[in-house]
Amino acid sequence: MPETANIPCQIVAHCRANSLEIAVSGDWVRDAELPAIEPVLAQIEAAKNIETLRFSTDALGRWDSMLVTELIKLIDCAARNGIPLDKTTLPAAIQGLLTLVYAVPERVDAHRSQRQTSWSESIAISTAKAIQHSKEIIIFVGDMAISCMATLRGHAHFRRVDLWLYVQECGPSALPIVTLISLLVGLILAFVGAVQLSMFGAQIYIANLVSLGMTREMGGLMTAIIMSGRTGAAYAAQLGTMHVNNEIDALKTMNLDPMAFLVLPRMLALIFIMPLLCLYADLMGIVGGGLVTVNFFDVSLAEYLDRTATAVKMKDFIVGFVKSSVFGILIALSGCMRGMQCGRSASAVGDAGTSAVVTAIVFIVVADSVMTIICNRLGI
Amino acid sequence: MAEPCITIDNLTMAYGDFVIQRDLNFTINRGDVFIVMGGNGCGKTTLLRHMIGLQSPARGDVYYGDEGLWRSDSATRQRILRRTGVMFQSGALLSSMTLAENVALPITEATRLPANKVREIVSYKLALVGLAGFEDYYPSELSGGMQKRAGLARAMALDPEILFFDEPSAGLDPITAKLLDDLILSLSQSLSVTVVVVTHDLDSIFAIGNNSVFLDAESRSMIAGGPPRQLLAESKDPKLVRFLTRGNPSDRNIETRQMRSRA
Ligand SMILES: Nc1ncnc2c1ncn2[C@@H]1O[C@H](COP(=O)(O)OP(=O)(O)O)[C@@H](O)[C@H]1O
Ligand SMILES: [Mg+2]
Repeated sequence: MPETANIPCQIVAHCRANSLEIAVSGDWVRDAELPAIEPVLAQIEAAKNIETLRFSTDALGRWDSMLVTELIKLIDCAARNGIPLDKTTLPAAIQGLLTLVYAVPERVDAHRSQRQTSWSESIAISTAKAIQHSKEIIIFVGDMAISCMATLRGHAHFRRVDLWLYVQECGPSALPIVTLISLLVGLILAFVGAVQLSMFGAQIYIANLVSLGMTREMGGLMTAIIMSGRTGAAYAAQLGTMHVNNEIDALKTMNLDPMAFLVLPRMLALIFIMPLLCLYADLMGIVGGGLVTVNFFDVSLAEYLDRTATAVKMKDFIVGFVKSSVFGILIALSGCMRGMQCGRSASAVGDAGTSAVVTAIVFIVVADSVMTIICNRLGI
Repeated sequence: MAEPCITIDNLTMAYGDFVIQRDLNFTINRGDVFIVMGGNGCGKTTLLRHMIGLQSPARGDVYYGDEGLWRSDSATRQRILRRTGVMFQSGALLSSMTLAENVALPITEATRLPANKVREIVSYKLALVGLAGFEDYYPSELSGGMQKRAGLARAMALDPEILFFDEPSAGLDPITAKLLDDLILSLSQSLSVTVVVVTHDLDSIFAIGNNSVFLDAESRSMIAGGPPRQLLAESKDPKLVRFLTRGNPSDRNIETRQMRSRA
């Protein structure tokens, strides 16, 4: 390599007889001041009666990708103008690289067009997507039902240990957070009610408010929201990662129905655990309400408990119970569905987790409203 | 002419108390295609991770020139490692980015080149590995061999002086593996980079390697070093001979082996 410290980086084209010679000099590296090649490109475009393109690199110093990318542009430009290239005067290393670059011709059909979409088009696309999503939900529920039937008939099965594992995962380990949240919700209900009721000296009815509010609504709803963030997102991430790793395909090839093997035990675990957690949350809420009522509003513990016992009927617990079972199904459904539909990349797994929680919460709130209206109409 | 590029100095590697290899000593010269070979689980990948700064040694050091990688401060280490590129066993492309974004990532991180120049370099690197036109593909839309080549394009993005490969031919069909070997060889010749290849694939070992070490899992040390063909012809160590002859020690003639593997 020649001593090039004081040779400036230059690229110049000369016409020599019927060949165009491009002289490159200096250090063509990333950190150097590099000249623009547009003048040379223009010369190539304008050239007449040229039979070969040749490079002269006697004064070329160090070089890296910066030089090769420019050479490629020049060569491509020459090729477009029908000027063949004479590689022989290039350094052997660059010749080798150019051979590699042009060894595999560019796949024309590989290129993707990135078109701007108009707003009417994007509305159409979103509508189509929404329809597609609803279809996917229906298909998933249908598949699920088929797998349930198959399992009941003994054609498909899952491992009992898995079920046990999922029950532990979503039950006992959720107790601390459920305790905290439902205690606080009971406490809040008591305070909110107390402000109004104590104006009439009716503090004793705080007990009714808290116990009915917790058993019929808040216990189930709060547990469901906690569980959709905790367990629903986890299911989506687990199944999504399995999908990325081809584990779900592997199960299919082993003749195991992924629905029955992966989804069903998760769903059963949640259906089984949710009512229990809900019951627990009800009690915690009542305790929280009691703390407030007894300590701040001049009601004795015995009175509070007595009021609670007369206010809450068995049917209120049953309403909460049924609701939370439904929530359990919905959480498991949205978590597993988003997991199974997951794309094949790391960010797709993240998206699956997010959309599992969003879907679950939407489902839960809608289902809760519907069930509340039904209960109201039926007078339950 | 042999100028040392990487020197492994008395390196002992361990996970906790579990020693994988002890007292490794060898030198990789500039311009070499250096092979780290050995059976499954002998610590080849672990050695690679020590060389590229992902895992710190239990004892000893890895020298680049005369700078010890692990005794330097982190700024020096980064400067040293910026001269290297790594192709991981599975390609390790970021799955949420397109090929172009994957290859552009190290460039935009390390330099301030304008966007169109970065795009040109990306296209050039992808063309080098035979993936011209695949800029907008996501890794999951490519075959295993293409993912590996894209990983190579990313490893070369910053014109490294040293390229590391972990099992380049694992999981590829023989023809694709051969093409990748040829690619490595022609890149090493035309870019005059130093290449370090971790592999147990005999065909590549003899096709591209001009120097090597053999790690042994049982004795947890390097048994031999030298040009692979010379090891095949001259080695006396039974384990190494078994490895190089695919368990058939009478078969020590490279020409007949190649004829057979071509047939
Ligand atoms: N993260 C780790 N923790 C503990 N041991 C490991 C870890 N990774 C690898 N090992 C052990 O180190 C040894 C060498 O592994 P590796 O370097 O991956 O082997 P290979 O030569 O096949 O690439 C193996 O015995 C493996 O069990
Ligand atoms: Mg390995």
